[in-house]
Parts: sequence; C-alpha cells; structure tokens
Amino acid sequence: MVVKIPERKTPMREQPAQERIHNFNEVALGYTEEEAVAEANRCLQCKVPLCVKGCPVNIDIPGFIRYVREKDFEKAAEVIKKYNNLPAICGRVCPQENQCEAQCVVGRMKDHEPVAIGRLERFVADWEAEHIGLKLPKRSPKRSQKVAVIGAGPGGITCAADLAKLGYEVVIFEAFHKPGGVLIYGIPEFRLPKAIVEREMEYVRALGVEVKTDIIVGKTISVREILDEFDAVYIGIGAGAPKFMGIPGTNLIGVFSASEILTRVNLMKAYAFPAYDTPVKKGDNVIVVGAGNVAMDAARTALRLGAKKVTVVYRRSEQEMPARLEEYHHALEEGIEFNWLTQPVRYVGDENGRLTAVECIKMRLGEPDESGRRRPVPVEGSNFVIEADMAIEAIGQGPQKILLQDFPELKLNKWGYIEVDPETCATNVPGVYAGGDIVTGAATVIEAMGAGKIAAKSIHQYLSSKVASKKR
Amino acid sequence: MYRILKRQRLAEGTYDFWIEAPEVAQHTRPGQFLVVRVHDRGERIPLTIADAQDDKVRIVVKAVGKTTYELCSRKKGDELADVVGPLGRPSEIDRFGRVLLVGGGVGIAAIYPIARELKRVGNHVTVILGGRTAEQVIMRDEFGFADRVLITTDDGSLGIKGVVTDAMKQVLDSDEVDVAWAIGPTIMMKFCALLARERDLKIWTSLNPIMVDGTGMCGACRVSVDGKIKFACVDGPEFDGRFVDWDELLKRLTIYREEEQKSLQRYLEKVGDMTWL
Ligand SMILES: Cc1cc2nc3c(=O)[nH]c(=O)nc-3n(C[C@H](O)[C@H](O)[C@H](O)COP(=O)(O)OP(=O)(O)OC[C@H]3O[C@@H](n4cnc5c(N)ncnc54)[C@H](O)[C@@H]3O)c2cc1C
Ligand SMILES: Cc1cc2nc3c(=O)[nH]c(=O)nc-3n(C[C@H](O)[C@H](O)[C@H](O)COP(=O)(O)OP(=O)(O)OC[C@H]3O[C@@H](n4cnc5c(N)ncnc54)[C@H](O)[C@@H]3O)c2cc1C
Ligand code: SF4
Ligand code: SF4
Ligand code: FES
Repeated sequence: MVVKIPERKTPMREQPAQERIHNFNEVALGYTEEEAVAEANRCLQCKVPLCVKGCPVNIDIPGFIRYVREKDFEKAAEVIKKYNNLPAICGRVCPQENQCEAQCVVGRMKDHEPVAIGRLERFVADWEAEHIGLKLPKRSPKRSQKVAVIGAGPGGITCAADLAKLGYEVVIFEAFHKPGGVLIYGIPEFRLPKAIVEREMEYVRALGVEVKTDIIVGKTISVREILDEFDAVYIGIGAGAPKFMGIPGTNLIGVFSASEILTRVNLMKAYAFPAYDTPVKKGDNVIVVGAGNVAMDAARTALRLGAKKVTVVYRRSEQEMPARLEEYHHALEEGIEFNWLTQPVRYVGDENGRLTAVECIKMRLGEPDESGRRRPVPVEGSNFVIEADMAIEAIGQGPQKILLQDFPELKLNKWGYIEVDPETCATNVPGVYAGGDIVTGAATVIEAMGAGKIAAKSIHQYLSSKVASKKR
Repeated sequence: MYRILKRQRLAEGTYDFWIEAPEVAQHTRPGQFLVVRVHDRGERIPLTIADAQDDKVRIVVKAVGKTTYELCSRKKGDELADVVGPLGRPSEIDRFGRVLLVGGGVGIAAIYPIARELKRVGNHVTVILGGRTAEQVIMRDEFGFADRVLITTDDGSLGIKGVVTDAMKQVLDSDEVDVAWAIGPTIMMKFCALLARERDLKIWTSLNPIMVDGTGMCGACRVSVDGKIKFACVDGPEFDGRFVDWDELLKRLTIYREEEQKSLQRYLEKVGDMTWL
C-alpha cells in the first residue's frame, strides 16, 4: 500500500505582512484543532524515529503526535512535558529546520516538507494552557540540600525546574528585574509573546523555585557567598555582551547594538513609549549589520518602530546566513532588503555627531576557514555608500564578565567561555555546573535547555553521593 | 521592593534618600552606582551611591526629567520597584599623599564617599564644592573630615565667586597634588580635566552617559577614552579625564532629547504644578 502524504506542511495562519509591520503582535497565529490533526496525520509514526535524535532534549515526537491524531491533546501535552518544560517557547523559536524537522523522514521524501513538529508542539502547549491551565507534576519529597541557579534564561529555568521536581530547594538569581533571559529581553513580542514566558515562569515558581531578581552575582552578592550558602550551583548567565565591529564612527548618534534596541523594546517596552518611560530611536533609513536571528529581530523591530526602509548587510552570502529560515522569509515578506557580500567599513556623520551614511565594501568568498565556511574577502576599490540615519550592529555577543571576574578559579576556554565536561556540564570547581550560551557561545534556546537538564541530573547525582558519603 | 526610609530636601529639586536595599548596602564601595526603576512602567536610571549603612543606601537625586521628577516626589515609606547594584568599578583608593576632590551640584554627593575613604586611609584631603548659588552647595557641613574645604558659587553668595576651576587653579598654584577627582555636570568635568591635563595631573572623572542595564549588556553607555571604546558601566564609571573624548560624550547625551522633553511635558500635564519640588 502506498501512503499518500500531502507534500506541504499544513499552513499556519499569520498576520498579513502589510498589517503586522505596524504592530508588535505575534506574527504566526497557531493551528486550530482540525489543522493540528491534519498535520499530525502527515507523521508516519516511525518505529525508529529519526526526528527524536534531532531534538536536543529527545522529545518522544511520534508519541505526542499520536495523541494529537487521536485528539487527546491533554495526553500529548503530558508526553511533551516529560522532556521539555517550555514547549510553548520551543515550538515557536526552535530552529526546527536544523533540528527535529531536519531529520524527519517525510522531509526526505521527494518534494515533501517534513512534519511541522514545532507547530504541533506549539499547538499542544497553547491548547494545554487554554484548557487545562497550570498542572503540576509529582514532586519528590523535600530534600535538605540547596541549589543556586545563576541566570534565569531558558537553561537556568530548566535546571531549576528539574531540581525542584526532585525535591531540592532551588533559588534562581537574576540580574534583570524580570526572569526569562533572552526570551524576555532579546526575542521580540511578535515572535514570542512575553505573556507566554511569564506563564512558563509561573509554572516554575509553582514548583517551589524561588526567583530573586535584581541580583547581579559578582556585584550584589559575591560568588563566594553563593558557594558558602549552597550545596551546588548552576551557572547559566548567557553570552549577552554586545560586540562592535569597531569601525570609525561607532560612537556616532544613530549607531546602536542590537542588544540595546531589543532590550529597550522588549524588556523596557519602549515600543509603547511614552506610556512606558523608556524611549527608543526610530530611524527612517536603517542598516542592520549581520544576518543571524538577532539581526532579523533587530531589522523587523526597526520596521515596526516606523522605519521607511530597512536594509540588512551581511559579509557572506544567502547560503551562509545563520538566521532561522522561517524568520528570514518573514523578513522578506515584510519588505526588508538584503545586501549580501557587503561589509561596512566606516560610519559617516554630520557636525552634530549624527549618523548620515554607512560606507561599505563589496566582498567575495575565498577559501574555507576553520568553520568550514568560505571566508569573505574584500573586493578592493568596490566601496560604496548607503544613506542611513540609524545603524544596528548584530554581529554577535560575548560573555558578560561580571561573574567571571569574581570567580577566577573557574576554568575558561580560549574564547573566554566556561569550560565544562559536555557529558555532565561539570566545571573544574566541584559542585559548580554550567551550560547554555556561557559555555557554547551564542546558540539556541533548546540547546541551553538541554544543558540545564543534563546539569540537573549531574547535580542530583553529585548531591546524592554527598549525602551517601556523609551517612557512611 | 525597596522602601524609602528617609527623604530630605537639600536644595531646589534636589533630594537626599535613604533606601532599604540590604545586599547593595553590604557590598558597596566608594565610586559605585546603582540602577533604580521607580515603578513598573519606569525607566532604569543610574545614580551614584553616596553612602551606605547596615541595610540601607543613600542617594542624592536632582530632578532633571520625568524619572528623576517622579523619584523626587516619592515620600518616606514609599517603595521603589527596583534597586540594582552596586555597579561599576569602585574608585581606586590608596595612600597617595595629597589629594584634591572637586564636586559640582549633585556631584558633591558622589565625591563625598570617595573623599571620606581617602581621608580614612591617610591622605591629605582638599575638597572644592561648587554650585550656582549657596543653596546648591549641598552637604557642605558633612565635609568636616577634610583638611581643607573651598566653596565656589556662580553668584558669589558663598565662598569664591566663580566656577570650580577657579578654585582648582588656586589650589594647584599653591599646593602639591598627587591625584584628583572631579565629579559633576559633564561640562564641569570637561573643564576640570582640561586644566588637569595642562598641569599633568591625573584626574578621575565619573562619566554619566545614558545607560540601560548598567551591566555591560547593551553598549548604550559607550565612551571614547584614549581613542578606545569603553563601556562606562563596567569599565568605569571613573576614567582619567585627561583622555576622555568630552565632546563626543556631550553629544551622546543629547540622543534622546526630544523623547525626554515629550515625556516630561506629558508628566507635568498630568501631575500639574511641580515648582514646589
Ligand atoms: C535577539 C535574539 C534572538 C534569538 N532567537 C533565537 C531563536 O529564534 N531560536 C533559538 O533557539 N535561539 C535564539 N536565540 C538564542 C537563544 O536565545 C540563546 O541561545 C538562549 O537564550 C541561551 O540561554 P541561556 O540559558 O544560556 O541564557 P540567556 O537566555 O542568555 O539568559 C541568561 C540570564 O542570566 C542573567 N545574568 C547574566 N549575568 C548574570 C549575573 N552575573 N548574575 C545574575 N544573572 C545574570 C541575564 O540577565 C539573563 O537573564 C536568540 C538570541 C537573541 C539574542
Ligand atoms: C554612573 C552615573 C551616576 C549618576 N549619578 C547621579 C546622582 O547621583 N544623582 C543624580 O541626580 N543623577 C545622577 N546621574 C544622572 C541621572 O542618571 C540622570 O539624571 C537621569 O537618568 C535622568 O533621567 P530623567 O528621566 O529624570 O531625565 P531625562 O528625561 O532622561 O533627561 C533630562 C535631562 O537630563 C539629561 N540627562 C539624561 N541622562 C543623563 C545622564 N546620565 N547624566 C546627566 N544628564 C543626563 C538629559 O540630557 C536631559 O537634558 C548619574 C548618571 C550616571 C550614568
Ligand atoms: S524542542 Fe525544538 S527540536 Fe525538540 S521537538 Fe520541539 S521544536 Fe523540535
Ligand atoms: S521522523 Fe517524521 S514521520 Fe517519522 S516519527 Fe518523526 S515526525 Fe513522524
Ligand atoms: S549600560 Fe548597557 S552596557 Fe553599559
């Protein structure tokens, strides 16, 4: 028997491009129950599901999809929640095309798109939130040991939740006034509504995790105090310090890091200025440098703030672009222009120190570099000028130094990130574990969560053996 | 929540607060600042920590825009949404010999803990306090520990008639000074730094660019020092003023001028008369 599977994913309704560029509401609107079931029926329920291997937390994908088929959405949610504390978030922001969906066998059939695993995950999570609400899993009996989690990003939240379920007393220390990490201050409302992050935080709090905001470890309290008070520590402080290219004119008015624009808009809600007090600049002609997720978010944010024209410049070509495909397509639909093989070399300003233009040079791709990607090299004499009153650099972030400077014993790798054993997330300091962007450099939400899970398991082992050796 | 334990008016539009913030209070050192968010829709603004005792920190705030107006109208017993700190690198305190500290306006509150600490470790401390009028020379009776105090006012209502650099010249002409600090309005720090450069004197200035997070995560606070880009919140806020690009800093302070005016106007329309502040 030949099964016939629709070639395309069941489409998801979206706000039309012309409408959404004027608001910060979510772009993708989610599946209805019928659409979800239709999409679930595209899944072959493989005996050896390759998709699961592609997921960093190994969600039982065919397992939850089977329940979606049967319209038992509650059960589907239960399956997912066993592996993933934050499905509503992952379903929205995972780069599925490189992870679960990249491995799906349907996607390997001629002319077929993979099963829309991410969309289904999102549907199930949203359905649960709407119909069931907060449902707490069984917790182990309370244990006496205390664990500190530093940084309330997806990695820290996951680690804290897993440890709380195991009965540990867990305290999260977060530098900002709101927990969530990049989910709150980086990824925009139109891709990930903040209400969803807050909902997931409710769940973590309901598990008994204490979240202490406004605490910068290394300043407000020292690493030493944490080590003295807690039996184990997870460090998940991310890599949020913006880098600048450092070309002439970087300090002109109108040149920003993507981090600044996104923090103002997302964490501080500057898009609602003056109802919220924090302002943000609106440019007419905006240049965004870089082509990762951060660059897409910055470009689409600038557009929504009212820019007439937004141009992304990237020194490599479309093939090398690191952004999620879906978001690139959204950006194209919204009218954002892309200048490939282009590198800014100088910002040009007027007498008041305001940006007026960006001088760029054309690039071509040369020999492959260490990353295996072809290295861009400047084409001499190809300089040209793009008019711009705003430029946003999104060329990558590095580790934030405050905690690391207060913790000199901690071993770092040559890029300045924390060195860990990838099997356990253990650092060189006993009882101290780390994961997420502060270990890998900028990566993904689900990878940070995967690390949080591994660390929780290791911490549980470490603390159990400590108890056992004390008893002896 | 962070409770206001004490509030006192020091001069027109300038208020002295003690705020309950145990962790910040216990860890702060002279030269550091904190970030305040007055309420849930508020902006994060940086303010120097003027003093700390037990569980409380002291800040001195001048009302210049929406957020500082709002903060200054908060009463004893009110709570602030967020107080984060201590931020920035502490001042470099050592036994230098003879030191000079120049404070202008609310900058007087910023030099106060530094001067006191420099005295405590055994320096000879000269302080210059400047203001537009006598009233603006805040906290002047708190500098009794200093070896020498000079006061300048623009209108001559107290001390030397003139600006702080006039007093600074007087001191430098007659005295050996090993290292100096100048904290106050940017333009004042610029002229103090120019004078120090002429006299080959190291002068710490506490830069006050616009900030968002205060922890090195946004780059809003970047300044040029000796031709290099620095983040004032983590690399500073104190830098040797002789090497600071002052004109760039002055320009960067105007980035949000239109928005600041709009915000303040909207606020004043809502609350009405604020001239009492
Ligand atoms: C704009 C943007 C868009 C992105 N889009 C995507 C996407 O679509 N899909 C995807 O998978 N990934 C995306 N990423 C990457 C993803 O968000 C990160 O890989 C992930 O958030 C890393 O999680 P984390 O737990 O390591 O830390 P983070 O999310 O970085 O959180 C770290 C937390 O630690 C806090 N902290 C730092 N220092 C201290 C300290 N000293 N004391 C206390 N707290 C501290 C920080 O304030 C922060 O809240 C994006 C990143 C950005 C910036
Ligand atoms: C490290 C640091 C320490 C500071 N310490 C103190 C302090 O102890 N006491 C105090 O009263 N203020 C201090 N400031 C300045 C204070 O942060 C600003 O006055 C405040 O952010 C203004 O907010 P606003 O909303 O009231 O005014 P806005 O509407 O933001 O601005 C109104 C006016 O103030 C000017 N302004 C804005 N930001 C600053 C700034 N960062 N510095 C100087 N002028 C500014 C604007 O150009 C405008 O003219 C400090 C600033 C920094 C960076
Ligand atoms: S968590 Fe991410 S990678 Fe895993 S199944 Fe869900 S969308 Fe795919
Ligand atoms: S690989 Fe694709 S078809 Fe197979 S179980 Fe996974 S999602 Fe279903
Ligand atoms: S205030 Fe954000 S980096 Fe300094």
